[in-house]
Parts: sequence; structure tokens; C-alpha cells
Amino acid sequence: MKYIDEFRDGQLAQKLAADIRREARSDRAYGLMEFCGGHTHAIFRYGVQGLLPDNINMIHGPGCPVCVLPIGRVDSAIELAYRPNVILCTYGDMLRVPGSNRVSLLKAKAGGADVRMIYSSADALKIAQENPDKQVVFFAIGFETTTPPTAVAILQAATMDLANFSVFSNHVLTPAAISAIMGSGEARVDGVVGPAHVSTVIGSRPYELFAEQYHMPVVIAGFEPLDVMQAILMLVRQLNEGRAEVENEFSRAVTRDGNLKAQAMVAEVFELRKTFEWRGLGWVPDSGLQIREKYVAYDAEKRFELPYQSVADHPACECSAIIRGVKKPLDCKVFGTVCTPDNPIGSCMVSSEGACAAYYTYGRYKESR
Amino acid sequence: MCLAIPARVAELQENDTAMVELGGVRKQISLALVDGVSVGDYVIVHVGYALNRLDPDEAAKTLALFAEIGEGIAPEFLTPSASSE
Ligand code: SF4
Repeated sequence: MKYIDEFRDGQLAQKLAADIRREARSDRAYGLMEFCGGHTHAIFRYGVQGLLPDNINMIHGPGCPVCVLPIGRVDSAIELAYRPNVILCTYGDMLRVPGSNRVSLLKAKAGGADVRMIYSSADALKIAQENPDKQVVFFAIGFETTTPPTAVAILQAATMDLANFSVFSNHVLTPAAISAIMGSGEARVDGVVGPAHVSTVIGSRPYELFAEQYHMPVVIAGFEPLDVMQAILMLVRQLNEGRAEVENEFSRAVTRDGNLKAQAMVAEVFELRKTFEWRGLGWVPDSGLQIREKYVAYDAEKRFELPYQSVADHPACECSAIIRGVKKPLDCKVFGTVCTPDNPIGSCMVSSEGACAAYYTYGRYKESR
Repeated sequence: MCLAIPARVAELQENDTAMVELGGVRKQISLALVDGVSVGDYVIVHVGYALNRLDPDEAAKTLALFAEIGEGIAPEFLTPSASSE
């Protein structure tokens, strides 16, 4: 497929790998965090780590929306789904994430709750139109890529005056999460592979702050394996030269300003929450979005007076530390034994972009012990 | 769930939607987030929405960059087992 296959060429990957090996200095280590789950997925799927010298260590960051949603929010969604007359719609991966007592939306559905998997926010609108006697709630999650589609759905609902549609917003912000990781200083990060599709929306400008404030090189990269490898090479070069700049490997889709139309729609519908709880990162100020007063009619949290309660992760689960980049899936005692993609204990085992699921799916399981 | 792919716009439709082609599969998507899309453009599609347009010139430049890399390097660097020095 055009614009995909060319960026997966095996021979070019070997060439890039050779260049990285040649340029990476053997007298130092490179800890590079790929922020996005999309990169985690590409790195495992194409065996990128195996092509790198030992002193380049890829650290998997918190950029998987399913992984970072705390149990309390999953519980709220499950509680909502059980209310009479409610149809709860959400993206596929969200259905399998365990809440308290390992109950997931999928189990709630088996227990009689009306839970529907959707591919697009437009599907949720359609379900609302088709079920005027039900309350249709879109359980919305995700970073800056999924927020604009949610904003469009709310704007369309307002235009259509849809009275039975609302959104349970769990949208979160990438720069806030990067900030939390950098600020804590826990993970040994020397450079960041910046998000691909998030950056198509927000542009490269928001990362300039990190380059300056933390002297942290950032290279925005596409999700194909050659993109990731090129970004690694660019980070190695920056680090070797002592530079800390924002560079853009994904210039075919990312500009400095991003998609202004999408940003305007998001700003119309959403405003910052003072604080939002993340799995792994805890409460992070200015890191989540809530629906503005103007569109309060479409805010499920207000309409259903949803209470919120923080819930601790399963004691055996290391997702929190993995999301912060301080532990790897193999450090978890139940990895691959009690916790598998078919029967996940934690969120990192659910989505194919979660570190545990990536390790499991692409064979690290066998090496584990 | 952040995976999104470039798709070719095959047909513009009503209400800011379009039919795109993804490796032989046709799919309807929303163009609500991008202005001025034409048939033949490539857009990055995520959860049923085009997030933006792909710039073919920039794509060509990036590919040219990959192709340049490694030219004139010694063959031993092309085997994964080669050491870094
Ligand atoms: S293997 Fe399972 S329990 Fe362990 S950290 Fe990963 S998701 Fe959590």
C-alpha cells in the first residue's frame, strides 16, 4: 500500500540499523522513550530493538490511552452501563480492561448491561438516533487524536438537538504526560521519540518546551518501522552532538502548528480539568479535558451525576511502573502466567499498544524465564 | 488504539464524508476535521475521521533520506551481528 510499504522496506531497515550501530558511541548508553503505544507496537512487530546495539534501550512510555485510564474511571463506566435505559458505547479495547474485582465492560455486557463496541464517534450518534427511548453514552477515551472526533460528535449532537446523547469524557493531553514523566525524573530518559498522529493534530510546537526546559531531544516519528529507526538515528546524533532540539521525521503529516481546524473544534467543546487521575502517573494537573458549560447537556458526568472514586491497582500488577518507564513487563511476576491477553489483570496487557501485550504477542514471553 | 493509516480518497460524498481506499477495502470516513480535500489525496484516518492530509513531497523527501543513508558504508555494518565500533 502506498505510503506504508515504502516505509517498511527490510533492506533499508538494515542500512538504517548499520548507521545507528556505526554512530552510537560504545562508551555511553542511550535511553530513548517512545511515548506512543503506536511506536511500542511498531518496535515489537518489526523487531526494531533486535536491530539496535545493546547500549540503546527503548523505554516504553505512557502513550497508550487504554493503559493510562485508572480503574476508578473504568468502574464509573461500568456503573453507568448498568443503569436502566443506558446504552454505553466505546472503542473496542476499552471493553476488556478490568475494573475493580476484575469486572470489565465485556463482563458487564454478559451480565445484561447494554454495551456496544463502536469504531467511530459517529457510530455513537447513529445509535442515539436509532434509539430515541434510550440514553446513549459515549465512553470517550484517548489523547489528541481521538478528542477532535469526540468534539465533532458533540457539535453534531447540538446541531441535531439530540436529547438522548452524552459523552463521558476521559480525554487526556500528551504534553502533560510527558511533563509528568520528565518532572519525576524516575525513568532514565535521554531522548524522546515524539508521537506521530497526536502531533498531526497538535503540531511539533508543544514539544519545544521540553527540549528547552529539560534539555531533552525530541524527534517526532511516523509509526512505520523505518520512521522509528530514522528517529532513533536522529536522536543518537543529537545526543552525540549535545543538542536538544525538536526535529520532525514525520514531515509528511506533521507541521509545526498542526491541524488548526481540529484544535479549534476541541477548544470550542472542551476545557482543561484542574487535575485528572492517570494510571501510573497519579493526579496530574491540567492533563485532562472536560466538556464546557455551553455543552453541559452532552456531559454524561453531569447528566448522570457520576461519582468518582480512586481505586488501587491489583497488587501484583506492575502497569503503573511500566507506564512510568521504570519497569519492564518481565519484571511483573504474573506476566504471561496469570496475566495474558485473553485474561488480562492489568490494562497494559489489553491493547496491542500496551507494553505487556506487545511483549507477549511478539515472543518476549518465551525468553522470559 | 492510536493506530491510523494513510488512505486514498476515492470519492467525496455528502455531509463532509468521503469514501477512502485502504489496500483494496473501501470505507466511509468523515472529513469534518480537514478542509479542502480532493479525490486522489492521501489522508491519515483514525477512528473514522481524516486527521489531516499527507504531503507527497515531504514523503518523497523522507524516502530519499532513507535511501541516502548507508551509501558508501562498509558491508560489515549491514549484518545485524556487527559491533558498534
Ligand atoms: S503482566 Fe499483567 S499484571 Fe503484570 S504489569 Fe502487565 S498487565 Fe499488569
